[in-house]
Amino acid sequence: MRKTFALLTKILLPLSLIALTGCHGSKGLPSFEVPETFDESKEYNITFWAKNDTNITQANIYNQAIKDFEELYPNIHVNMRLYTDYGRIYNDVITNISTRTTPNVCITYPDHIATYLTGANTVVPLDALMADSRYGLKGSSLKYEAPGDIVPKFAEEVKLSGISYAIPYMRSTEACYVNKTMVEKLGYTLPDTLTWDFVWEVSEKAMEKDSDGNFKINGQKVMIPFIYKSTDNMMIQMMRQKNAGFSDEEGNILLFNDTAKELLEEIAVHAGTGSFSTFKISSYPGNFLNAGQCIFAIDSTAGATWMGPHATNHDISEDKLVDFDMVVTRIPQFDTSNPVMISQGPSICVFNKEDPEEVLASWLFAQYMITSDIQIAYSSTEGYIPVTEKALNDPSYLDYLSKEGIDNDLHYGPKIKASKLLIDNIDRTFITPVFNGSASLRDAAGQLIESTTKSMRRKETVDDAYFTKLYKDTRSLYHLDSVSKANTDGSEKKEFAPLPLTSKILLFALLFTWVGIGAFYLRGVIKKAYGKNNHK
Amino acid sequence: MKKLTALVLAVVFALSLTACGGEKGMTYAEYTAAAVDSEVTVDVYVQATQSWWDNKITVYAADKDGGYFIYNMECSEEDSKKLTPGTKIQVKGHKGEWAGEVEVVDGTFTLLSGKSFIAEAKDVTDKLGTDEIANFQNQLVSFKDMTVESVSYKNDQPGDDIYVTLSKDGNNYDFCLEYYLNGSDEAFYNLVGGLTAGQTVDVEGYLYWYEGLNPHITKVTVK
Repeated sequence: MRKTFALLTKILLPLSLIALTGCHGSKGLPSFEVPETFDESKEYNITFWAKNDTNITQANIYNQAIKDFEELYPNIHVNMRLYTDYGRIYNDVITNISTRTTPNVCITYPDHIATYLTGANTVVPLDALMADSRYGLKGSSLKYEAPGDIVPKFAEEVKLSGISYAIPYMRSTEACYVNKTMVEKLGYTLPDTLTWDFVWEVSEKAMEKDSDGNFKINGQKVMIPFIYKSTDNMMIQMMRQKNAGFSDEEGNILLFNDTAKELLEEIAVHAGTGSFSTFKISSYPGNFLNAGQCIFAIDSTAGATWMGPHATNHDISEDKLVDFDMVVTRIPQFDTSNPVMISQGPSICVFNKEDPEEVLASWLFAQYMITSDIQIAYSSTEGYIPVTEKALNDPSYLDYLSKEGIDNDLHYGPKIKASKLLIDNIDRTFITPVFNGSASLRDAAGQLIESTTKSMRRKETVDDAYFTKLYKDTRSLYHLDSVSKANTDGSEKKEFAPLPLTSKILLFALLFTWVGIGAFYLRGVIKKAYGKNNHK
Repeated sequence: MKKLTALVLAVVFALSLTACGGEKGMTYAEYTAAAVDSEVTVDVYVQATQSWWDNKITVYAADKDGGYFIYNMECSEEDSKKLTPGTKIQVKGHKGEWAGEVEVVDGTFTLLSGKSFIAEAKDVTDKLGTDEIANFQNQLVSFKDMTVESVSYKNDQPGDDIYVTLSKDGNNYDFCLEYYLNGSDEAFYNLVGGLTAGQTVDVEGYLYWYEGLNPHITKVTVK
């Protein structure tokens, strides 16, 4: 029996140690320290995962930036992989964290970084690099003109628990692209600041049909007066305008409240009449707008080149385009005296590696992407704005802005108007708190609107019981009852779901083993003492 | 009493037979006549699938009368492996229309037994430029003797969709190699990416719609 027990101990002890080690997860990378020197005789191959908006000019700017950077730093080679979907980048990064094959530099959103941070030392905190006198934002040892300060509001957006885990790359907001011609044809005057009530009222008015079943306003069979591209943003901004809870810095989910329900009830009314729809249900707002089948199209300012009868880009055939006066204005508001809107846009994060000099090489490239020439070139492709003070005040950028509408290409009026909309409202922008799970919360917010809209279109009963079930189902679908919370020190505080049975059995086995080992040891000690006593 | 017992048994037997048979799917004609946003149930045969993603899969399906595009159908990764070409499934969902593409959305499926079915491509070259071509939406179709006008990658580099413009009788038509459908077929991807203006080709594909004709190509023969 003793031999059996000793054998079991020998087998189970190392196994339990392995299991316990496993519980703590794999060992992370060492935390990054800015190296004293940068060895320019050493070759570095860095990977850059980027996203463009199916816009060849943007891809070309990336390519040119890489070429120029490699000429400045011939020992750093940048391999770019382009995506058209942030979700895919996010999933690929998550997959590669476990195998330590993350890219070096990645275009991303803070919501995503919060999840990347669950891996130990995965994402490089950038504060020390940004402040570094040699290689930082005002660095003296850079081979390119230092980018200078980031617009404070944008710099704050990439901080998680007070630490900068990214640098902003481009910023945009949402705009309402309005067919002013139709608004006036319906007997209304477009206000300086749209209200939700105004948009709903005009939209309902536009649903009137003639005896042939055509919409009176456009003489067509199709008319969706109000289409929203991102319902995530729609719910987030409506909630913010109402000062209603969405989430907080502690990662508490506040979305599922009575204000959200009231908003959904209003949306349901207009979804039911067909005067409101979404991108996911019907397609791009810009396509309907340009075909004279939509009056209020809400989309990113970064989509401005697709908006309007003279848009630089469009997906519908020329014969479907209609001519109209378009106004680019702020999204609708509940309180016109205090308009607020979301700030969005890509940021750049740097992933940690074993070699700190490789990280420094990555940083040098990441930072190069926010130098003025690249910022101005990229922001001019769409209704983005640069993120540095230097680029925003650069004479060439100011000149670009001043040429609004002189052509329908680089100076396409609605695109520059969209940029100015954000520049004029930077202080009125906001972001939602970032934590591990905030990306899911965003999706859930949009899903509430998508589900309600679909249900109304499908003639389902949408009442109190419906919303109770919708809240419950959405919480469950997006796992919002088990999101982790970010502590102020950047560490993760997790709320766990109940342990699965297998884990409980393993833990019980471990406990049993340790108790057994203890008992065995104690037995030996007692016996030894007893034996000694006997010798006396 | 015996008669009553016999009657009851007959009714029970009939009911049980109905239950065994399950709900019968709509015919293609009934499906096409159904209103957008209405609930639909169709018995169809898988022709191809896009890559599984996040517990969803997009299916190109057909029956003997027409084609179906089943967008983002709920499906586990394990079940996605059962959706091989020819497999019969019943899909319950809602009819949707997105940028002109008629599709089944929010669908769930069950596997059905029975013979498999693979549709043959219908030559619709002479329907190009006519309204009639919309009647072939989502079916496997072919176009003969088309001229390559241009080829471009979605991201200006390989690794995503390929946009192909082909012409016939002086009119251009947009085609697409949908990456999630057949981007992993390296030989085919390279063949399409390598097409050059002026070449004459026969193409086959599923007649997808995006603000107009936009077939997802599955086969290209360079002449």
